[in-house]
Amino acid sequence: MSGVRRYKHGSRVPGWDSAADLDKAPATIPDPALVEVPVELREQIEAAMARYPERHSAALPALRAAQDRYGWCSPEAIEQVACVMRVTPAYLASVASFYDMFELAPAGRHSVYVCTNITCSLRGADELFAAIEDAVGDDPEIGVRGFECLGACDIAPMVSVDQVYYGPLELADAARLVEDLRAGREPIPELALALRPSADPGAASA
Amino acid sequence: MSPTILLRDIDEPGLATLDVYERRGGYSSLRKALAMVPDAIVAEIDASGLRGRGGAGFPAGRKSAFLPKGDMDKYLVCNADESEPGTFKDRELMQKCPHMLIEGIVIAARGAGISRAFIYIRGEYEAQARILDAALAEARGAGYIGERILGSDFSLDVVLHRGAGAYICGEETGLLDSLEGKRGNPRLKPPFPALQGLYQGPTLINNVETLMTMPHIIEIGGAEYAKLGAPNSAGTKVVSVSGHVQRPGNYEVELGTPSREIIFDLAGGPPPGRRVKLWFPGGSSSPVLTEADLDIPYDFDSLAKAGTMLGSGAIIVVDDSTPVLDVALKVAKFYRHESCGKCTPCREGTNWTVRMLERIETGEATPMDLDIMASVQERIIGNCLCVLGDAMAMPISSMISKFREELEAHMLSRQLADVAA
Repeated sequence: MSGVRRYKHGSRVPGWDSAADLDKAPATIPDPALVEVPVELREQIEAAMARYPERHSAALPALRAAQDRYGWCSPEAIEQVACVMRVTPAYLASVASFYDMFELAPAGRHSVYVCTNITCSLRGADELFAAIEDAVGDDPEIGVRGFECLGACDIAPMVSVDQVYYGPLELADAARLVEDLRAGREPIPELALALRPSADPGAASA
Repeated sequence: MSPTILLRDIDEPGLATLDVYERRGGYSSLRKALAMVPDAIVAEIDASGLRGRGGAGFPAGRKSAFLPKGDMDKYLVCNADESEPGTFKDRELMQKCPHMLIEGIVIAARGAGISRAFIYIRGEYEAQARILDAALAEARGAGYIGERILGSDFSLDVVLHRGAGAYICGEETGLLDSLEGKRGNPRLKPPFPALQGLYQGPTLINNVETLMTMPHIIEIGGAEYAKLGAPNSAGTKVVSVSGHVQRPGNYEVELGTPSREIIFDLAGGPPPGRRVKLWFPGGSSSPVLTEADLDIPYDFDSLAKAGTMLGSGAIIVVDDSTPVLDVALKVAKFYRHESCGKCTPCREGTNWTVRMLERIETGEATPMDLDIMASVQERIIGNCLCVLGDAMAMPISSMISKFREELEAHMLSRQLADVAA
């Protein structure tokens, strides 16, 4: 029998990795006079807020804009978004931590999501994921993550590289994909989903 | 050969542009709908027998009729958060024919007297979001959406909203919270979204495929559409077939087509020399079926009678080369990861199920664990705000009951191997 698994802080439940600082005052809505927000980012966030009847709805597009700019949802990025949206940073941090696509730690320039859900794993995704991780090694510029179903089971096993879908991949494509990314080329272009015709015989166009 | 409605000519070059879509008769149903009184539109949808294509299969016309009448802020939300494992139909539809979706949205909104619509598309579908954005801009320019559409007194604003990676946001109330800029936690029902949904206003939520079918229904009439398909399952359905089949992809079939035809004739069946071991008829949330069930007609009622569901219309085929335990673990781990944590039975139940399956894998389990695991599933079903927990419990229960011998044999072989070592 395996022993009781414990987290770093000694507890059997995940909890917090470090104790909360009880002396720190709760964060309030950042003071616009004290937080510098790049004009372009401010415009993007304000445009997003204007699209909805309620400004809070812009949380996801605003966080995405900040992440696109800074590479991840850093505390500074979240503070800037909070300042423009007039919400607390904690509100945005709670939202950002809910969604898989927000990076809560510094991430590389490229993101590679490898689908490891049922269909892809039936077709070899777990081995593919390991091969891509191997090929990337400890390169900080390429972030590789196993991801839940990306909605492209027709091209299983598949990957989403910087939000572009490719598949089906062979194991040998792993090294080529990483090589292409490092060289600044479009990776495995012939496997792009956009090129794929529909499978339905009734869809064949005249 | 069944009629193709949604996938017809879907690979025609440029179909995603307004020009080509119009040339093929696009937006003519919208003109027709604008000349009808709103109640007549809902009546046509109702008469068509169209059932929701997102998973629950609720009659689309009735859903629309639930919205209160009168002048108030009402919303339409198109659920394009396609995240059910095995499902990829909306992705292809939106990517290749975005204007049909926009046309469907305007028709549905007109029927229910709605002036504001949102498309909630999953964050991972970036290419599709770009295509939809471009299509929305074209449609706005041509007067198909916006103020006083085509000179009528009807106005509709459509906003594309991108998610950020969370399966739970495909659940309609989780989606609404997410669209309001919160964590995507499901809400207590009732009140149902039709009365109190987005921003507390009456909200109509429909799947992409459901909305895309509406222009066709308006074009040919509800009664004509109802002639397609099977009893209580009118029309055609785009089925995503994946897994161990030779030609995975989206296939549009008339509901009631034998499942064997879809899996073998269209998708090519499993690779040579292999047999179908089990298959999910409606995404990873649906109880599994076996080779013996291949002749079940693919429609809502026949699948329900077989103890499973049509769900999102995603068939995942698993052949005899794969242990059932691997499949069960993948399913359980997925739901554990995606559980939002709001309700205890789902948060704890998905976690315990994964850990018990891992015990089976390592050989620590006894056959009694299978009974405990089955009872955990029973305690999840029906006890949460949404059906995410049920979505794990249903397939896992079915795998335990249908493949119990295999699971027990696996435990035994592991234990014998340990003894030998």
